[in-house]
Amino acid sequence: MEALSGSIFFNIILSIIGVMVVFTINALFAVWLERKVSAHIQLRLGPMEVGFHGAIQSAADGIKLIGKEIITPKGVDKKLFPLAPYLVFFPSLLMFVVIPFSDKLQVQDLNIGLLYFFSISCIATIGIFMAGWASNNKYSLMGAVRSIAQSIAYEIPIILSILGVIIIAQSLKLSDIVAKQNIWYIVIQPVAFIVYIIAAIAELNRTPFDIPEAESELVAGFHTEYSGMRFAIFFMAEYTNMFLVAAMATTLFLGGWRGPILPPVVWFFIKTYAIVFLIIWVRWAFPRLRPDQLMNFCWKFLLPLALLNLLITTFLLKLF
Amino acid sequence: MDTVKEIKKDFFINMGPQHPSTHGVLRIVLNVEGEKVLSSETVLGYAHRGVEKMAESKTYIQMMPVMDRFDYVSSMLFEWGYVGALEKALGVKVPERAEYIRVIMGELNRIASHLLWVGAFLLDLGAFTPFLWVFDARERIMDMFEEVTGQRMTNNYFRIGGVKDDLTPQFFKMLQDFLKMIRERMKDTEDLIESIIFLERVKDIGFISKQDVIDYGLTGPVARGSGFSYDLRKNEPYSVYDKIDFEIPVGEKGDCYDRYKVRMKEVIQSVRIVEQALNLLPDGPYTEKSPKVVKLPEGEYYNAVETSRGLLGVYIVSDGSTKPARFKLRDPAFSNLSILDKLLPGNKISDVVAILGSIDVVIPEIDR
Repeated sequence: MEALSGSIFFNIILSIIGVMVVFTINALFAVWLERKVSAHIQLRLGPMEVGFHGAIQSAADGIKLIGKEIITPKGVDKKLFPLAPYLVFFPSLLMFVVIPFSDKLQVQDLNIGLLYFFSISCIATIGIFMAGWASNNKYSLMGAVRSIAQSIAYEIPIILSILGVIIIAQSLKLSDIVAKQNIWYIVIQPVAFIVYIIAAIAELNRTPFDIPEAESELVAGFHTEYSGMRFAIFFMAEYTNMFLVAAMATTLFLGGWRGPILPPVVWFFIKTYAIVFLIIWVRWAFPRLRPDQLMNFCWKFLLPLALLNLLITTFLLKLF
Repeated sequence: MDTVKEIKKDFFINMGPQHPSTHGVLRIVLNVEGEKVLSSETVLGYAHRGVEKMAESKTYIQMMPVMDRFDYVSSMLFEWGYVGALEKALGVKVPERAEYIRVIMGELNRIASHLLWVGAFLLDLGAFTPFLWVFDARERIMDMFEEVTGQRMTNNYFRIGGVKDDLTPQFFKMLQDFLKMIRERMKDTEDLIESIIFLERVKDIGFISKQDVIDYGLTGPVARGSGFSYDLRKNEPYSVYDKIDFEIPVGEKGDCYDRYKVRMKEVIQSVRIVEQALNLLPDGPYTEKSPKVVKLPEGEYYNAVETSRGLLGVYIVSDGSTKPARFKLRDPAFSNLSILDKLLPGNKISDVVAILGSIDVVIPEIDR
């Protein structure tokens, strides 16, 4: 063990285990949280039977989904159809690599961490399009096309909003950004935070921007033909992405793991789940936008706002 | 590769018969180019049971529970239309208490139907929460129905010359509780619903002009949303509606938003009607003695009532026997649906569900 602890392989294995644990527990917890929060918004109780207030309901659901037959419908692309869920799922795992859970708990503190995070997140879109294409179903295809258009549109405001943070912090390294936040960046960059959250919800394909999987229009969008564990993988990827987006918001705007008294990890999770709660809250309060309205909102409002914010930030930074 | 093949840009989408937002087994064949609808064709017949023909082999009394099965969300109003036609034919005088009970139950059913519509409409637009908010209120109405009629939905409560049972003391208690909460709930729901996203989705979508209303024979909230003030309860008052003070809400432009607003206002008007009917409710018998075997005199009979979706006409041709020679319904949703193919072209796929939702169709009523 002594000899191993310093080796790179040991670190890799430890990191993989750590990421998988966080990923699994988050997926179970986030699903449970969503069900509970939505239930209380809707004058219901939500899951109550399995465990304390339905605490292990999502685990039970997961076991059920594992037990289901994997159905490959007739007429689908035999190679791409099974591959697509993993292409959506793996980027989520890879994005964990740069998240600073605390000052010490970070898989790899890349000096281009921020760039890495957002480039990896783009890969999932290819998976979604692959799923839509391979399903050989018009609803799936329409969902996939919508998803592509949406991702391209909303990636830009996200990047522009975090550029403000990068300029202030003078670094792409996430640990540096956290270290420099003696004042939370949400105070210095409130507009960027708002733009980031809105664009992030759109990236996550959640209401009011859930047009790729609009169930009242496109049945289930790109995952119409998926069932069992393959569907569960899409589902888990969605909740993992929600956590990751919130974790990134915490790191960039809410001072990351920094906080008094409590240990850093606890602070990190408190802040992250506060953002997750916000995203859930938005979902259950609003109807869905129409695709063209969504595009208008992005190109005509969000993008100019992000640019303006960037302009003002750079101007003020030069001034003082 | 010397000839360039013409690329077909449009394709067909089969919306339904199995689709989350066609409200049953309605099939709409959409010809779309990307997101834009070029043309549409509404296909019916997936829930056809031939009930009008079936009626010819059933006695008048056996037909009564079948009336519930047309529009299952406002079943009592359909019973009312049928029972009214029989009463006209037989010349039965309905006791006043029965008339008021009918008004109370009918209006409660209208509220339940509109609440269901509001929830389903918002579900079509992607908002889940209003659905459960209004369902809490609707559930109380269902409980009241269960208390009095023994059934939650297909009530079979109306009888020739009155109603099946008198209202129970427990019903009055439940009704008072309901009347206390409904206005506030409607206001809360409205506040929740009318976010900027909702307004963007429904305003200036699916215009129906006044001329369209006349051309297509549209009735109910769809017609009133276009500013066409026609409500049988006001225009040709039946039962005791002439003794009750209420308004007919109308829209201005005739878009989806107006149709939504009209229904929301109608709920409040129905609450007013119930409150007044409750105060005016006289003592006395709740039903007239009706004949054991119903034989309609030879002739043609027609009765119309205002259901939650519009004008329902029940037309019976009798040859003097215990069974109708011909039975025909003029139901509101069928006529209202007929305008759909005119409204859809030029809109986006997302608007299809909004427009279809705003028309408010119940498939078993259309496909009889």
